[in-house]
Amino acid sequence: MSILPLGMRASLPRKPRDFVILGFLILCLIFFLMPIYVMVVTGLKEATSVSLSTMWDLPSRLSGGGFMEAFQRLRPNMGNSLMIAIPATIISACWGSVNGYLFAKWKFRGSNVLFALLVFGMFIPYQSILIPLILFLEFLKIYGTIPGLVVVHVIYGLPIVSLIFRNYFANIPDEIIEAARIDGAGLVRIFTKVMLPLSLPAFVVVSIFQFTNIWNDFLFGVTILPNPQSQPVTVALNNLSGSFSVDWNVVMAGAITAALPTALVYIFLGRFFIRGLLAGSVKG
Amino acid sequence: MKSPTARRANPGTPERVDENRLRWIKEKPRRRGRFSDRTLSAIILSPAMTLILIFVYVFIAITVWVSLSNWHTMKIDMSIRDPLGATYGQMFMMPRWHANLRNVFIFTALFLTLSIGFGLLLAILLDRKLIGHTIFRNVFLFPYALSFIVTGIAWRWIFNPETGINILIDGLGINKLIQGLGGPPLHPGWTTDPAVLFSLNNWLGALFPPIKSMSIQLGIPMALIPVIIAAAWQLTGFAMSMYIAGLATVPHELREAARIDGATEFQVYTKVVIPQLNPVTVSTAIILGHVSLKIFDLIFAMTGVGPGFATDVPGIFVFEMTFKATRYNLGAAASVIMLLLVSLIIVPYLWANMRKR
Repeated sequence: MSILPLGMRASLPRKPRDFVILGFLILCLIFFLMPIYVMVVTGLKEATSVSLSTMWDLPSRLSGGGFMEAFQRLRPNMGNSLMIAIPATIISACWGSVNGYLFAKWKFRGSNVLFALLVFGMFIPYQSILIPLILFLEFLKIYGTIPGLVVVHVIYGLPIVSLIFRNYFANIPDEIIEAARIDGAGLVRIFTKVMLPLSLPAFVVVSIFQFTNIWNDFLFGVTILPNPQSQPVTVALNNLSGSFSVDWNVVMAGAITAALPTALVYIFLGRFFIRGLLAGSVKG
Repeated sequence: MKSPTARRANPGTPERVDENRLRWIKEKPRRRGRFSDRTLSAIILSPAMTLILIFVYVFIAITVWVSLSNWHTMKIDMSIRDPLGATYGQMFMMPRWHANLRNVFIFTALFLTLSIGFGLLLAILLDRKLIGHTIFRNVFLFPYALSFIVTGIAWRWIFNPETGINILIDGLGINKLIQGLGGPPLHPGWTTDPAVLFSLNNWLGALFPPIKSMSIQLGIPMALIPVIIAAAWQLTGFAMSMYIAGLATVPHELREAARIDGATEFQVYTKVVIPQLNPVTVSTAIILGHVSLKIFDLIFAMTGVGPGFATDVPGIFVFEMTFKATRYNLGAAASVIMLLLVSLIIVPYLWANMRKR
């Protein structure tokens, strides 16, 4: 992956110490995979064969287990999550790219202070803005609606998205802008003709990062969408696991279903994922 | 910070000259537009900044107002409660709030120790680039991509006292061993156990008598331990990735030089590499620290408030007071304290980062 120095190959263990290290890493691997094993194994069991004493055992026969029921129950909410996460990700990525470009390349008096005020917004506990937020959304008549939640995710996503783009554009040499200016391009044309074509990697990083964040959000979903029909999948999954009438195999299958989109993003686009995570640590 | 004019007056190094030239080019008045490009930049940024001003700063101010108000029923009442700050006084008298603060500090301390300690250890072990290191790294970071709700549900099942870990304890013969030594069999209640371990009340009470009359035990709540393990499972990979990125910036020559000077492999890391990683440790601790001060989803899905508020935290307190009990002023007051705790670590961090530029 990109964060590793190039030309480094994996080496085979030679010294006894290397075997100790490998052994320890394998133990850690087992620990990290254990909850995933439990989820998959329990999810694949039939309701009748999920018992407390056989939790660690493999399912006795292959079947869909709880997946059919879990998928049926969560499918509408998976759709809601997509309808929330996709527009919110696209809008905040586009908007954030403009902000990041201006904060990186067109500083004006006080722009660094403004940027710090913007970035602070990504660290606040959202509990401390929820009451006025809900009153304001009610005033705008979008409380309890999916577009309302999209607006919320776009606004509270602006700090992190602008930050990632600013760090990305700051690494593009000023000489490029200088050259474009000599050719007569202004702020807007430099962005559309020079910067945007260079910023595809940043768009990928930001989109993955934002999609994952928004998909995994729970607090906004549970407070802004009280109606179960429009709730995102994280909230529906939590309700599913809290109801006593639902079997554990269905809950576990539901957890896998709800985690699947972000898990797939991680598996196939992992290296962009890591870059977003590192860029989010302010410095980048 | 130097003012632009001071910089222009002192064109010392060639780098400075370039910067001045660029500044001149950028500031050159444009013929076509009505505004200079710098003004245009501020104008284009203003919608986003206005929204942030409203949705972050004005909303925080309103929340502070609510926390000082009489609003404690469904009916909105923004009149200021007398005496000023009475809701805060009331909250800080609540044993439940004491438990909240204890839990969030214990959680933060233990979770940071575990995730940063193991994150650093794993990064260093993977740094040897032994066979399979990319697989190990990808698996260790994987939980980071999951929702706290998924993590909470999986670990709640694992720490269910009737199954999960306790079956493993039996199955691996640990209980036979303990009984053989004459001890009672181990059957921890985990998330259902209200016990508080390592209670310091008597000890601290000797130093500071009011602590003796406190209604909560100052120690590590048993039920919080599974939650800490689940959180560390999810976020150790983040710390590891930060350290792997940090290790890539420590020059290999530095390590080689230390080895040539006769340092053991252990010393190469403790004396040379880890001190170089201090800035990474600070960043990681602050980011994970603010996550853990805000922790809500994981506990909500895994244990809720727990037995005797053993896993209750401010994030849950705010949610319950605001949305279940409709005691808006109390919920707002707790959220203001959360914001203050987070600001205490984030503001100096942002300040230092912004000054460095």
